[in-house]
Amino acid sequence: MTAAFDRRDFLKTAGALIVGFSMAGGDASAQFGNAAIPGSPPNDQLDSWLMIGADGSITAYSGKEELGQGIATAQQQLVAEELSVPFERVKLIYCDTALTPDQSYTSGSQSHPANFNHRGLALACATAREALFRMASASLGVPVDQLTASNGVIGSRADSRKKIAYAQLVAGKKLNLTLDKNAKRKHPSEWTVLGRPVARPDMAAMATGQLEYVHNVRLPGMLHGRVVRPPMVGATVAGVDENSVKDLPGVVKVVVRKNFVGVVAQKPWQAIQAAEKLKVEWTPGIALPQQSGFYEFLRKQPSRDALLVDSRDSAQTLAKAATAITARYDQPYQMHGSIGSSCAVADVNSDHATLYSPTQGVWYQKTTGAMILGLKPENVHVIYRRGSGCYGLNGADTVSYDALVLSQAVGKPVRVQLSRKDEMAWENFGNAWSMDARAGLDEHGNIIAWEHESWTPSLGNRPGAGTPGNVVTGMLVGFQPAPFSPGPAQEPRAYNNGSNGVPSYVAGRVAGVNGGTGIVKSEKVLVHNVRSPFWTGPLRSPARLQNTFAHESFMDELAARAKADPVEYRLRHLQHPRVIGVLKAAADAAKWETRASPNGKNPKTGVVTGRGVACVAYEGDNGYTGIVVEVAVNQADASLAVKRMWVAIDAGPISNPDGLRNQAEGGALQGMSRALGEEVTWDDQKITSVDWRTYHSLPLGFEIPKIECVLVNQPDEEATGAGETAITVIAAAIGNAIFDAAGIRLRQIPFTKDRIKAALRSRA
Amino acid sequence: MSITLHVNGKSHTLDLDPGTPLLYALSDDLELRGPKFGCGLGQCGACTAIVNGTAVRSCVTPVSAVVGKEIVTLEGLGTPEKPHPIQKAFIEEQAAQCGFCLNGVILTAKAFLDKNPKATDAQIEAALSNVLCRCFTHTRMHAAIRRYAKEVAK
Repeated sequence: MTAAFDRRDFLKTAGALIVGFSMAGGDASAQFGNAAIPGSPPNDQLDSWLMIGADGSITAYSGKEELGQGIATAQQQLVAEELSVPFERVKLIYCDTALTPDQSYTSGSQSHPANFNHRGLALACATAREALFRMASASLGVPVDQLTASNGVIGSRADSRKKIAYAQLVAGKKLNLTLDKNAKRKHPSEWTVLGRPVARPDMAAMATGQLEYVHNVRLPGMLHGRVVRPPMVGATVAGVDENSVKDLPGVVKVVVRKNFVGVVAQKPWQAIQAAEKLKVEWTPGIALPQQSGFYEFLRKQPSRDALLVDSRDSAQTLAKAATAITARYDQPYQMHGSIGSSCAVADVNSDHATLYSPTQGVWYQKTTGAMILGLKPENVHVIYRRGSGCYGLNGADTVSYDALVLSQAVGKPVRVQLSRKDEMAWENFGNAWSMDARAGLDEHGNIIAWEHESWTPSLGNRPGAGTPGNVVTGMLVGFQPAPFSPGPAQEPRAYNNGSNGVPSYVAGRVAGVNGGTGIVKSEKVLVHNVRSPFWTGPLRSPARLQNTFAHESFMDELAARAKADPVEYRLRHLQHPRVIGVLKAAADAAKWETRASPNGKNPKTGVVTGRGVACVAYEGDNGYTGIVVEVAVNQADASLAVKRMWVAIDAGPISNPDGLRNQAEGGALQGMSRALGEEVTWDDQKITSVDWRTYHSLPLGFEIPKIECVLVNQPDEEATGAGETAITVIAAAIGNAIFDAAGIRLRQIPFTKDRIKAALRSRA
Repeated sequence: MSITLHVNGKSHTLDLDPGTPLLYALSDDLELRGPKFGCGLGQCGACTAIVNGTAVRSCVTPVSAVVGKEIVTLEGLGTPEKPHPIQKAFIEEQAAQCGFCLNGVILTAKAFLDKNPKATDAQIEAALSNVLCRCFTHTRMHAAIRRYAKEVAK
């Protein structure tokens, strides 16, 4: 704690001049529509980002956190590179509302773009480097252009005796500079640390059980809480019998706040037992729509509509097309399903709160946590601690509220970890999606019109700066989720393919400008947002994964109809060099054989193999992936084996090739698990996929496909997102490979054995 | 009641209900960071500890069942400075993302390979059939395990 207070005092006196350019334009906060939360070090001040110690140490402060994706290592490389110091000399501190600049969420594949382009942490480093060179020039009497930096020392190129260390130049003082948007970064061709496969410095601690996760935070006098969630969706508290647990060992308090119920005990096992034995009377829940007809149900609900593109001629073009094709694709709710259930530790007293949270948005936990507690936001201090991998909005935010509520009720630090069932039944699921694709082909088989119409349910979301009711605990204590109001679509004003609602092959023409990556001019994309009975929120590649499954499967269907090779057919309709680049790179790596699908040489019995391809410009322009998959389908028992994957990925200049490869491999396999087995289930009252027997994640023991990654380096392009690209295309690539192998088309996720069996049975 | 556990070569006498799952004794009373609560149902592996040479799910194993036995956790194998060969293999393969599942993956693989040094890839896969990694770092983990397998087969 001492270091924290020193840092805050340091910042109070640092950066008195809050002038200069606005960071808002390119910052993630702008994307999410959230202004910076007051109280954090100002983003435009160098001292907010970097501190050069009198001992030569370099401490960097970032608003983008390590979730397991490897971004901490890359940021440490970035600082070491720009400041010409060894990697080990850089200490990185991230996501503490008192210490680090507010960079909004660590989400949406925004960390690489936010901190590795000409802004954020990279710009801070460039500003510092130029300032140090100016100071050295003055000190040594050598012009800046005759200086060079190495190992934290700036010296004259001509005279090796003339040199001075950063530590001497700065002498433990603050730099008092505004970030300089004209400061020059090193070009990737000069890199010696960034761009290299630097090993993760946290790996040894993870492998030896030394790393502190939020689950391991221990505060003096800390108690343990457990929540009691409603047994059914929509049930409310009718009564709580506190006497039912009063004789149990270790029980400190039963906490009831509106529909929130929890217990606090001395030890975790005591809290778990008390929560199980606590007698709570609940009102009946709401009647849930039947899962079996859920996609049809969605299509009949009142909707808030959005048009992404509309050339206004797509219906006419479809009507006059030589061939018109339609297909429907369905994607279920899926869950983050973190391996460790979510955990947080809170210490709340009468006027101040400290929260250790695995949230992706510490600044919004500060403001919404304050709302939950009835405290001023400036009196809530949120400190990020690593949790189990989240892949989006898992239980991290809701369990943070649980810890705050329980700690406030007992006036002592409380640690809460959710049960497996509470994690799985009440998290904000990745949205279900039902999609209709319609296309028209001309007499040559070329696409002349493409329509995409979809229905998707949502309820809640990330809490943002002021909506704690967007996750279950916030609602249980009395806040409401963001309101839902049906309404018609407005004319699109600017092209935005952040949801990948628009297929890669259309022109994306909005306001007279083509924003898309393809060439098909007759186009329409319409989304119907409907109210969800379950909580929803961003799950790795939100919307993008669902829409891309439809687009890339449908593109394959169109190619088959045109009797064209799936790669050649895609290239025929693309104009964007980076999408084309990854598509060709994956096809080349796979030694793609040019021919139409399905493979006419395959017999209708026994085991057959096939290959499928898919590609995407993630969010339209935030990372590019092409994937080829090889599968084997056993036509006797309907079993499927994914044998090989070739993943080409372009994320701009590669910051850490091994980190990028790890993300591509993990994304591909996680996508495969979601494509083959994962589906949230429910009955008429409640979620029934509540553990690893009822929610099917591919275990470590399955036959893993051989994965070959092709890393496409783009040193002169902007850094883009990297972690959500492979997962976006994998389902379509597998489905397309199954079609190539056996001539069956799977249009509903997951591709279960039963669905493969049914498709084989109904095959012509 | 007073219960004595032998963990990572040391004896600890703790005041516990004999029905308390071993996981809570390890992670709460002894504040060990290796064993982790993942599901509490014995389904994922995150809580694994090695008891008398066998990998067990500590979240469903009462402390009364392990009294007098040798319990080893992930931190009992090696340290960042001096990692056990299987830990070294995972570090060298950079076989993790969030790392939360590593405890179960490493200990399950180690206990199996130490007993079955000639195991085939298929047998190793079968041994890991009830272990989960939700970051899907499977490729690297298998590479690390094979690296260790070669070492024990020597």
